[in-house]
This record gives sequence, structure tokens and C-alpha cells, in this order.
Amino acid sequence: MLVIFKKLSEIGKGESAVVESYNDDAMKLKLMEMGCLPGERITVDRFAPLGDPIAILVGDATISIRVDEAENVVVRPVN
Amino acid sequence: MSRNRLKVALIGNPNSGKSTIFNQLTGLKQKIANFPGVTVEKKTGICSISAFNGSPHTSVEIIDLPGTYSLYPKTIEEQIPFQVLCDPENESHPDITVIIADGTNLKRSLFLSTQVVDLKSPAILVVNMMDLVKRNGIDIDFKALSQRLGIPVISMNALVGGEIEILKHAIVSKISVPENDFIDSAQFAPQVVEKIKNSVKINSNYAAFQIANNLDGIGFFNDRPERKQKINDILKEHQFAPGKLQAAETLKRYEVISLLLKDVTHIHNHEPSSDKNLTRKLDNIFMHRFWGYLIFLVVMFAMFQSVFAWAAYPMELVDQAFTWMSIQVHDAIPEGIFNDLLVEGILAGLAGVVIFIPQIALLFFFVGLLEDTGYMARVSFMMDKLLRRFGLNGRSVIPLISGVACAVPAILATRTIGSWKDRLITILVTPLMSCAARLPVYALLIALVIPNITYFGLINLQGLVLMALYLIGFLAAIGSAFVLKWVIKAKERSYFIMEIPLYRMPRWKNVGLTIIEKVKIFVFDAGKIIVAISVVLWVLSSYGPGKTFKALSDRMEQVGQSDPELANHLAAEKLRTSYAGIVGRAIEPAIEPLGFDWKIGIALITSFAAREVFVGTMSTIYSVGGDGSDVTTVKAKMLAEKNPKTGLPMYNLAVGWSLMLFYAFAMQCMSTLAITKRETGSWKWAVFQFVFMGFLAYISSFVIYRILS
Repeated sequence: MLVIFKKLSEIGKGESAVVESYNDDAMKLKLMEMGCLPGERITVDRFAPLGDPIAILVGDATISIRVDEAENVVVRPVN
Repeated sequence: MSRNRLKVALIGNPNSGKSTIFNQLTGLKQKIANFPGVTVEKKTGICSISAFNGSPHTSVEIIDLPGTYSLYPKTIEEQIPFQVLCDPENESHPDITVIIADGTNLKRSLFLSTQVVDLKSPAILVVNMMDLVKRNGIDIDFKALSQRLGIPVISMNALVGGEIEILKHAIVSKISVPENDFIDSAQFAPQVVEKIKNSVKINSNYAAFQIANNLDGIGFFNDRPERKQKINDILKEHQFAPGKLQAAETLKRYEVISLLLKDVTHIHNHEPSSDKNLTRKLDNIFMHRFWGYLIFLVVMFAMFQSVFAWAAYPMELVDQAFTWMSIQVHDAIPEGIFNDLLVEGILAGLAGVVIFIPQIALLFFFVGLLEDTGYMARVSFMMDKLLRRFGLNGRSVIPLISGVACAVPAILATRTIGSWKDRLITILVTPLMSCAARLPVYALLIALVIPNITYFGLINLQGLVLMALYLIGFLAAIGSAFVLKWVIKAKERSYFIMEIPLYRMPRWKNVGLTIIEKVKIFVFDAGKIIVAISVVLWVLSSYGPGKTFKALSDRMEQVGQSDPELANHLAAEKLRTSYAGIVGRAIEPAIEPLGFDWKIGIALITSFAAREVFVGTMSTIYSVGGDGSDVTTVKAKMLAEKNPKTGLPMYNLAVGWSLMLFYAFAMQCMSTLAITKRETGSWKWAVFQFVFMGFLAYISSFVIYRILS
């Protein structure tokens, strides 16, 4: 089976993905302590009206993240 | 008694209901200051506790630590909780730590909670928002949770007051130190942890591990260099790579928490809760690309209206009250310096402080409401992209809009901006927005130099110029922000990763306490500076050197109100020979390139108190008398003024525009300066603001004067 990795910023509205890794060490800690861990399933809830930032559902929380920050989060899309 | 008063620190995630619990514990007995050396707000309060059986404590001191998701000291806000909890020599170090957990997000809350547990000092866990937890169909086994963590656990719904007594009781009960580590940090770096523990004499593996990871960030060894050196040696000996192991710790901690939650929680309803559904539905409207911005505009308009227009009525009352008091004091005390100082210096200064209270109260009624309901997070979500490119962020929008009414409450409102750099830039540029105090100055100058022409029977030229001035202020603000974004270096990386909380009904007590807190900060911290500057300005304009000034003063007293015209003439002459007059004339060469004469020079100095004083000073200089309310006469006198060199009218288009731009840009407001000093924690940024705005004003006035003349 072919596994496709994407950036979190490439995930569309309403789609889900599993967090794989991060390309930014300082931001990694920030996201991890908020519960956005590798292996965690997240869902893109909505985009701000101007397309940026993005609101994502992580566990029971909604977290806002800018597009350029989301580019540093590697995810595996799931259906 | 204060020596043996128990100290309790509150710690918790943002939006966990921590401030509500703090407010319930302390009520009005709160004090706001900054933590030493940083501009992080430190709220402390006294909690009265009715005598429980045998407890010696009747009141405890509560310290509200900044909201945080973990103890990793990444930003200044996050360094504070770590320093306070880990360093026994810190002045705020508590006897007991109360951890506030959001029951609806227990997993994430336990992350911070178990870090605190691993510090091995007495702690209590409060699981808050239990009403929502129950509605979500989740059961929590508190007894098991308490056993596994090794600390007392209290369930709470902070909206219902009764349970706060249980917390108070727990605080004064004997609380033991948690025995076991939740996560034994020694597993990540056994030798380093052991050696640091011995070196600084602490009993917590986790504290030692954190010190190893963040030696430079935590700051509390800065005044104990020999200890820091020792730890550095240990780290070097074992080739410890700071930071690398934190990710490992985070993963491990969350792993163990997940296992714990399986045992202590039971979910019997997997449907999304009604609260979540409601929030989703509301967000579909409030964050809609059309309705979202429309609603935002309406909310901002209501807020702006209240600060600009509604506040005018209580401000008028304050004004009248002080006028009445001035008359009473003036009549009650014998004439002389003391009387003048009291009435024209101190009372006038106090009036200048109290007059801001209605605006501050009204603005923070709205800000508190927007913050407490969760709407503010949506505002920053929607506005972030627009404002980010100018070095601001989504939350800068409230201060900028409030700045059109008055920069003082607007700057107080920047506290909600998380990133220090974004907040600083917002503070620095907000006074460029055209505030209400500029309006009388603009009105007078526009009437002087802009012809009253109406185009197409609809567009009035004077109105157009007024609008242009507001626009210029706005453009200057965002333009300066754009430049400052490159000039100011940030000590830390800033992210816009934040939680968007569920909507909820406002808790009026929180809103009320926010208003009181902001008014207190302004009156007690900025107020001192304002009264002091006011007294200095009064001395400058009421006293002068030499016999001429004395003679004029005596003459004025003799004339009194018997000959108003002569009295007005003498008042003008007196101001001219006063210290302010001397300074005004002395700076004439410096302001001449802008088209200003010494008369304007005097007004520039006196109107540092507040911009609208310009009109009053002009009235005195042009011997109109009164308090400047008779604008028509001032206008007539100023129109008749001739430039001594050219013989043409002094107030031509060039001088008019030059003055208007000067007032648009220059930091002519001691209250704003005082509040900038308070909110940035040092004179450095207040002085910087004064200089950069002054520079901007001088250059633009110079250029426009050259172009138009």
C-alpha cells in the first residue's frame, strides 16, 4: 500500500489526517503540549474567511494555526 | 500576621476557568502588579477563610499565575510559572499549588497537572466545568484519579459558587507532598538528574530535568552564577543536549495519561455535545465571510459609539464636579501660591485623571464581554491575515479601533495580545489613530484655513479634510507598524497557535472585575505621572522670572473682573512672560521651518497635557479669555493675525496643514505617555514613542509647509 504524506496546510475543509512529524522543533513542542501529538487524528474544521489561519479539531479542542505554521506539520490523510 | 500567611498559587490552561476561581476566592481584594523585571501581569489577592476545625489560617494569599499548557519555559509567560514553582527562593513561591483543570479536556489538562505533581510540592487538583462534563456524558472516578496522582482532587463547577468552600477547606487542610513520580524523569538522563538534584538540593527529579533542559531560559540562577556554573559543568560532562529530550518526555507523559484516563473515565455518550453543536452553528454565522464581518462591524460600531459618545455624559459630569470642587477649594483657602497649586495644579491634574474613567469603564465592559463569551478569539481568527503583514496580529484590532476614541483605554486593552512584540508594536502605533482630543484642534484649524465649499450640493470640503485627517492617522499607524516590525527584534519566536474556546454566557462578575482592575491600574499607576506632569505644566505657565512678571501678576489682581478686556490683555501678556512663554519663544527657531511662531510654540508646550488644551491656550494668547469655549472669537483673532515678515495672513493654508499634521502625529498627550510607561514596564518605550512620533510630526509638517508655501 502506498502511503502519501501531505502538509497539514494541504488538507481540505472537513478532511481528517493523522499527525506524522514536524519540521520545526520549537513549534513541535508547542503543538505537542496542546495535545497535537504524532499519531493523533485531527480534522480541519474551517478556514478563516480570508483563507488563513486554519481551525483544526484536536481531541476535544479547536486550535487555530496559521497556514505557514501548518506547512511544518507532516500528516497522513485518512478517509 | 502576614508573615505566616499561607501562599497559594493557581495554575492552569488558558480558558480553564482559572480567573473565575481566582475571582471567587478573592473577590475585590485583588492587587495587580508585574512580576519583577518582566511585563507579565501578576495578580494577587487575599482569600478569607472562615475557621474550619482547628485551622490556624483565616486568610491566605492567592497568586494567579499566567495561563499555560505546560511548564516548558518557552516564552516569558511560561517562564514565570516554572520559576515560581521550582525556585524556593522566589518571592512568589507558594506553599500549595492549586491546579485548575478543564474537565472537558481532561487529557490536555492532566499534562500540565502531572508536571506540577512531579515537582513534588503540595498540590490540589480542581477539575472544573463539571456541568459540561456531565452534559457530555462522561463520568470521572475522582477517588481513583486522586489515588493515581497522589494529590487531593476536587470536582467543581465554578459558575455555582458553593463548591468554592470545599476548595478553601482543602487549602487549609494539611496537604502532603505527592510520594511517587507520575513520570520518572530520571529515565531520560539518569546521571544528569541525580547530579543536579545533589548540586542544588532539590528532591524532584522533574525539576532537575527541567533545569537541565532550560538552564538559560529559566533565569533564576542568574544572580547565583556559581550554581549555574556547577550545573553547566554537569551538562558538559555528560554531553547533555538541552531540549532534545523534552519531546520524549511529552510523548511518555501523554502515553501514561491516556492509560490513566481509560481507567478513571467512563464515556457513555459518543454524540457531540449540545454545547459543541451550538458553538458550530454560531461559528457558521460569526465566522461567515459576509455575515461574520458584518456582525464584527456592528459590534465594533457599538463599542466605538459607547466610548466616543456615551462616555461624553459621565465625562461632562466629572468635569462639572471638578469645576465645582475647584470653586469650593478656591474660596475656602486664603489666596496665594498654595491655593493656586491646589486648584490649578493638583485638582486640575486629578480632573485630568478622573475624566478618563468613563471611557475606560465602557471600553472594558465591551472587551470583558467579548473576551469572556469567547468572541474575541474569533475576532483574531478572522482579522489575523489582514493585520499580520503590518506586524500586528488579530487581537490588535480592538486597541486600534478604540484608539479613535482615546489611546489610553486602547493601550490598556493590548493585554490580550499574546506575543510581546505584536503587543509592543500595537502600543506604539495606537496613539497615531486620531483620538477624540484631536477633534477640537482639527475643528478650529479647518475652520481657519479650509474654505467652507460644498461640491455637488453634497460633499463639503471641510468635512472631506476632516475625514482625510482620520485616514492619515490610520495610515500612519499601520505604516509605522510595518516599519517597526523590522526595527524591533523579538526575543522569542511568536506563534499564532491558540485555542478557540466554546461560546458561553458571560460571567458578569468577571466583566465587572475587569473594569475595576483596569480603572485601578490607570488611576493609581498612570495617575501619579499625570498629576506630576500637570503640576509642572502649571508652574511653567503660571510663573515667570523677573520683575515684569511680578508686576503683571499684581496688576491683574488689581484689575480683577472690573475691566474684562484689560484683564484678558494682561493674561496674554502674563503667559508670554511666563516660563512656558520663554520656552515657547526659545524654541521658535526650531519650529520656524514648520511655519510656526512663538505663540504656537507656547501652545505646543501647554497642550502636552492634552491636545485640546491647544484651543484654550490660543484663546489666552489672543486675549480672548475664558476657557476656550468661545471658538468664534479665537478664530476671528487668529484670522486677523499677520505674519510679521510677509505682512500676509499668518494662518494660511500652509501653516494650517502644517499644524494639523503636527497634531495628527506628535505625541501631545501626557496620559498616553504615562500609560505606555505602565504597560511596557519602562520609560524606554514611552520615550521611544515620544521621539518617533515627534520625528514623524516634524518631518511631515516641514514637508507639507514647504510644498504649500
